[in-house]
Amino acid sequence: METAAAANRKTVTMKVRRYVMPEHSELNYLNQEKGIKSWLLTRDHKRIGLMYFFTGAIVFFVAGLIALTIRLELWTPAKTIIDAHTYNELFTLHGTLMIFFFLVPAVPGILGNFFIPLQIGAKDVAFPRLNLLSYYLYLTGIIFTVVTILTHGVDTGWTFYAPYSIKSTTAVIPMTTGIFITGFSSILTGLNFIVTIHKLRAPGLTWGKFPLFVWGIYATSIIQILATPVLAITLALLIMERLLHVGIFNPALGGDPVLYEHFFWFYSHPAVYIMIVPGFGIIADLIATFSHKRLFGYWFVAISTLAIAFLGFLVWGHHMFVAGQSMIASIVFSLLTFMIGIPTGIKIFNWLATMYKGSVRLKVPMLYALSFIFLFSIGGFTGVMLGALSVDVQLHATYYVVAHFHYVMFGGMVIALLGGIHFWWPKMFGKMYSETMARISWFLIFVGFNVTFFPQFILGAKGMPRRYYNYLPQFQPLHQLSTVGSWILALGFFIMLGYLLHSLIKGKKAPANPWDARTLEWMTSSPPPTENFSYTPVVIHGPYEYQRPISEFQLGLLSNGEHGGDELEVEAPSGGNSPEMANV
Amino acid sequence: MLDKISRFFLPPAKSTFAPSVDNLFSFITLVSIIMLIGITVAMIYFIIKYRKRSDNDVTSLVDHNNALEVTWSIIPLGLILIVFSWGFRDYIRMFTPPPDAYEINVTAQQWLWKFTYANGKSSVGKLYVPQNRPVRLVMKSKDVIHSFFVPDFRIKHDVLPDRYTDVWFQAPDTGRSQIFCTQYCGTGHSNMLGTVIVQTNNQFEKWLKQGAGGKPSGMSLADYGKQLYGSQGCKACHSTDGSKIVGPTWKGIYGSKVALSDGKTVTVNENYIRESILNPGAQIVKGFPNVMPTFQGQLNNDQIDAIIAYIKSLK
Repeated sequence: METAAAANRKTVTMKVRRYVMPEHSELNYLNQEKGIKSWLLTRDHKRIGLMYFFTGAIVFFVAGLIALTIRLELWTPAKTIIDAHTYNELFTLHGTLMIFFFLVPAVPGILGNFFIPLQIGAKDVAFPRLNLLSYYLYLTGIIFTVVTILTHGVDTGWTFYAPYSIKSTTAVIPMTTGIFITGFSSILTGLNFIVTIHKLRAPGLTWGKFPLFVWGIYATSIIQILATPVLAITLALLIMERLLHVGIFNPALGGDPVLYEHFFWFYSHPAVYIMIVPGFGIIADLIATFSHKRLFGYWFVAISTLAIAFLGFLVWGHHMFVAGQSMIASIVFSLLTFMIGIPTGIKIFNWLATMYKGSVRLKVPMLYALSFIFLFSIGGFTGVMLGALSVDVQLHATYYVVAHFHYVMFGGMVIALLGGIHFWWPKMFGKMYSETMARISWFLIFVGFNVTFFPQFILGAKGMPRRYYNYLPQFQPLHQLSTVGSWILALGFFIMLGYLLHSLIKGKKAPANPWDARTLEWMTSSPPPTENFSYTPVVIHGPYEYQRPISEFQLGLLSNGEHGGDELEVEAPSGGNSPEMANV
Repeated sequence: MLDKISRFFLPPAKSTFAPSVDNLFSFITLVSIIMLIGITVAMIYFIIKYRKRSDNDVTSLVDHNNALEVTWSIIPLGLILIVFSWGFRDYIRMFTPPPDAYEINVTAQQWLWKFTYANGKSSVGKLYVPQNRPVRLVMKSKDVIHSFFVPDFRIKHDVLPDRYTDVWFQAPDTGRSQIFCTQYCGTGHSNMLGTVIVQTNNQFEKWLKQGAGGKPSGMSLADYGKQLYGSQGCKACHSTDGSKIVGPTWKGIYGSKVALSDGKTVTVNENYIRESILNPGAQIVKGFPNVMPTFQGQLNNDQIDAIIAYIKSLK
């Protein structure tokens, strides 16, 4: 990637003058156009980002309530509030909603849409109409899910393993169709970001000056484009198997259910990286900003992001160590799985080193970033445990796995998303939130999460299988502890809902750059105008150059010479905005 | 140290390869705890030592160090290669049964385990094995994917329809251990349990030679039915206390009139129960799925009589 950029690198001389940022502008993307139609048909990446935000928040809320119901049912070893079939439908819905309709689309959809164009100094994404289409495909997928819930429900687990999913009398087809459609939303979003990042960068913004969030979204987009079609094909085959009995997965017709598992995990393991890799980017940005220091090992962190994206395609078989794949396959997949631990470890050490000799502020986004390091490390270490072949035989399909992926998905991705939302909230809405309430909420979420999921490691190691409606009485104390944790966690989220709504209505006006950050999105007013920048930004410095005071920082404004300005050599990105274009 | 960790997290180790698996588990846990403490202490130390003091804080320009990057890549690499080869070695052992292993056939179906022995004897839900002798289970499923898991033995493997998979173990001590199904297989998944019963060689041979079940003398017919209710897997789907699991509860069902899925009504009598056991799909009670497997060939006439007697006793 770097060499390709180097080959095309050209420098141009342009006249640049220092730019003084406007704190607030009268017109911004929120108030420039009014009416419901201006939202539903918008092509503005920021408004589309907010539509994802709103939709994703509802999905998270519903799937979260389902999780609370599941935990409540597990209060006693037998029936507590619901019957077995309902329980099976609920854990299926919880997994499906959270993974396909929240975790996968959330960071690219909400923060990627809003901040990728801003961070690279573009006016919008490369294909704004396609971007709107992505949102509506996502919404269509959700509508299918609602239809599923209102008709028969679905009880297969989010993995839809054959032949159970072929025999199940529940609404497997509407559910998988919804996921199939949402997959296209994911593919188109990835495509849009790749083109945007390649083509629409501001003058001077070379690959080495990207904020890490851009690297994260770039790597994610590649996975989205390459892996999602396989999921679409798999689900299409499953639907054909149910409707036309083609005999590919159904053993009764000569099909192979293990093949289904291979197909499914060929997407669904990379999907884990679709969820977590943008989170890595957010965390790097947060740590550098709140340590007020250059990111340690920029290229190591950036390249390890791409390495994880690449290696992520080669480890799917670690879901199948006891599923009946060949022993050689299991051994190779185990080794490759361990390899992915190295770039992940590199990231954690580099983030820590970034704090060294910094000037650390424990603002709320930083609290989330630090808890990410702690929780994600636990997720990573237990991942090593599950990658070890002999130990995985014991732990596979137990609560140990449930705890592990919640530490990665919630302790990693959701915590990163919450950190990002608290970091960028002032930019998105132009309002500040209550720091005190946000700290209380963070504390409850951190404690509640650990109380909910840490006991599940012990449960799993002792042999408690996942997806169990009834369980042996010996497991009850730890299950009850976990349920109590889920209440603490829920309380934290309700407080968050409260102070964020309060911020929208009565929040203090946010300055353009409340965190003294250095990346481009902070160089425009809060909230930004529809066209993002009222001038063409020229990037001179890197994204984390905290050694300079903000007054001498980074941004130039392309000058036509009338107002003076210095001659400056700027690297023009390959195929990016030429100064002439940018001046229009 | 490693012993303490495995005793805290893991169930008792009751197979020959369990101790080595446990040591690896404890080794990874120990190294992880040490590294996690290191990361957390460094984080907290940096937060305090380098906290913001003023707006004019000058931060270090240091932004990379190749020697450091190589160090913190090589050390974890070494550690994970140890873990990989350790896990790999034991995994090969766990899935390479010795050629002289005693073989038992396992059939999984929604939602019970059936074990068939070389002499034709079979048991449901209870796996009898001889002590200190390698036992190989040759497994297949009648319907969907299941997974055979005995936590005490550290063994687990998926059981596939129309294909054989196998696991083996050697239990040094007599005793009982829990069997779970760990591949989600439908409504009764969490009731698909079983027990491994490890006996001395003599006890096992004696058990094997006993006739295929049969009512122990002196036991009432209803009590024998109750025993079959547990051992033949009925209890995974039918409750005896009025609650709904997968199928209709047996409590008070005898003599009652039930509505069928085709709109007819039937009085539950001996013939209806017998038909429901041997040809379960014939007359389905309204509101229940047609999922029960036939017990034709699995229960003899005496056993069916006993189950009917037991149902009658549940008023």
